[in-house]
Amino acid sequence: MVKKFFSRCYIGIILLFLYAPIAILIVLSFNASKSRAKWGGFTLKWYQELFHNEDIMAALSTTLIIAITSALIATLLGTAAAIAMNSMKKTPRTILLAITNIPMLNADIVTGISLMLIFVALNFTLGFTSVLLAHITFNIPYVILSVMPKLKQLNAHTFEAAQDLGASPVYAFFKVILPDIFPGVLSGFFLAFTMSLDDFVITHFTKGPEINTLSTKIYTEVRKGIKPEIYALSTLMFVTVLLLLIFINRRKADKNTLIRKV
Amino acid sequence: MTVTEKDDHNLKQNKEKKSEHGLQFSRGNQVKWLSFPYLIWMIGFILIPLIMIVYYGLTNGENSFTTANISIIADPINRDALLLALELSIVSTIICLILAYPLAIILNNTKLKSNSFIVLIIILPMWMNFLLRTIAWQNILERTGVLNTILEFLHLPTLNIINTPAAIVLGMVYNFLPFMVLPIYNVLIKIDKDVVNAARDLGANTGQTFRKIILPLSLPGVVSGITMVFVPSLTTFVISTILGGSKIVLIGNVIEQQFRLGNWNTGSGLSLVLMVFILFSMAVISKYDKEGEGSNVW
Repeated sequence: MVKKFFSRCYIGIILLFLYAPIAILIVLSFNASKSRAKWGGFTLKWYQELFHNEDIMAALSTTLIIAITSALIATLLGTAAAIAMNSMKKTPRTILLAITNIPMLNADIVTGISLMLIFVALNFTLGFTSVLLAHITFNIPYVILSVMPKLKQLNAHTFEAAQDLGASPVYAFFKVILPDIFPGVLSGFFLAFTMSLDDFVITHFTKGPEINTLSTKIYTEVRKGIKPEIYALSTLMFVTVLLLLIFINRRKADKNTLIRKV
Repeated sequence: MTVTEKDDHNLKQNKEKKSEHGLQFSRGNQVKWLSFPYLIWMIGFILIPLIMIVYYGLTNGENSFTTANISIIADPINRDALLLALELSIVSTIICLILAYPLAIILNNTKLKSNSFIVLIIILPMWMNFLLRTIAWQNILERTGVLNTILEFLHLPTLNIINTPAAIVLGMVYNFLPFMVLPIYNVLIKIDKDVVNAARDLGANTGQTFRKIILPLSLPGVVSGITMVFVPSLTTFVISTILGGSKIVLIGNVIEQQFRLGNWNTGSGLSLVLMVFILFSMAVISKYDKEGEGSNVW
């Protein structure tokens, strides 16, 4: 029991460490004082002003469009690649996985710089498209690494059985393989979306002067002080995700109890 | 051959193979072409760009060969920035390991076996922007910040760690701790409970079971974790900018500054120096990742 108590305490301390800054940011979003350093009373002013701040709204929409598009394209390319890699012999598979690991293990700053150099060498204007291409590039590995384990667990005979029963390979894929690996595909998509949303360094080097994502917008404000509207926006985003996750977990739990009852 | 020709060619080959070997999914050839878009993408956006860094790093502005961009690392300012970055990233990696290993073991032992839930709790903070979370640490660590207010209230001596290397280490540990916890946790949940029980049956005590069974089996996760924390800590310029003030310069700051000033050749040369350390960690990880899976990372 003593051991259990210590375990609980330890988890508590780590969670406090991980979530304390988030609590601070949420508190700051209700702070009437414009300065980060002092508390000026409770207000909802920043939440109202947020929606009238065109700069922040533009950055938000750029961020979301890039995150969704890059996650979608990366999921398509990554899932296809994972299926192909799963059917390869050991040597080509190892080579492809090594390439997959490069952007995951390489430093963001090096990936960002290298992408900037190739865009400039190709006379490609840095802007929305270059950021999108960069995000797809660093997102694909997350999808592959999420889908691969699901493919390994797959029973190959079900695919053959479906075809023996007259299904075309494509039809059999959508009816037999895809449902089995779908959880992996989905978690790959969400991981890619999250990574894209949270990225700063690679965006910083590939964005050019014309556009801003939320991250790069925040970085330009680090020295002169963050606008309180940004705290309000991040609080809204965080709470949305939190509620979404609680909702999904509840539904999962409901499903489980339902299955047990049946 | 163009891409489509290649694809057609492969499809034809695959059709022939199909008739020979029957239909297979796991070892069949017919799905290999699915990797072509990915392969072309990775060559275009990963391999060639890396070659570009090598090219820029080894040439001057007039396209002639030079090693000046590399040897500039010996310049006292750059050398100190590299050494400090190495020191801080090694310290952060060790702290992360010390914090993460017990946490992974506790998480693995909890009755709550909802794997995805535990992973979510660790990943969830990423939904608050990384820069903002780091800025929030300014609020906590400042002279009149949250931490010092609490310490004063408890009549304890206040701390002065904002704009010091200690604050940067804290920022690194905070930002990269999940990357240490998740790989270790992922390896621990895969350890066969029967192996642990067998060791206990044969008379091993808790310490011996840990040393002889759990620790060796969890080593691949530890190695991935170390790489996942060490590389981003070594190369960061954001954490040092926000928590280190303007006086503390890491190698990441130097490189970022070179690119901001338009000295692409110098910046690339210094990046090449950094890549030596990155390649070294990759070599270590591939040694432990024998299956070539890479799945330890997530």
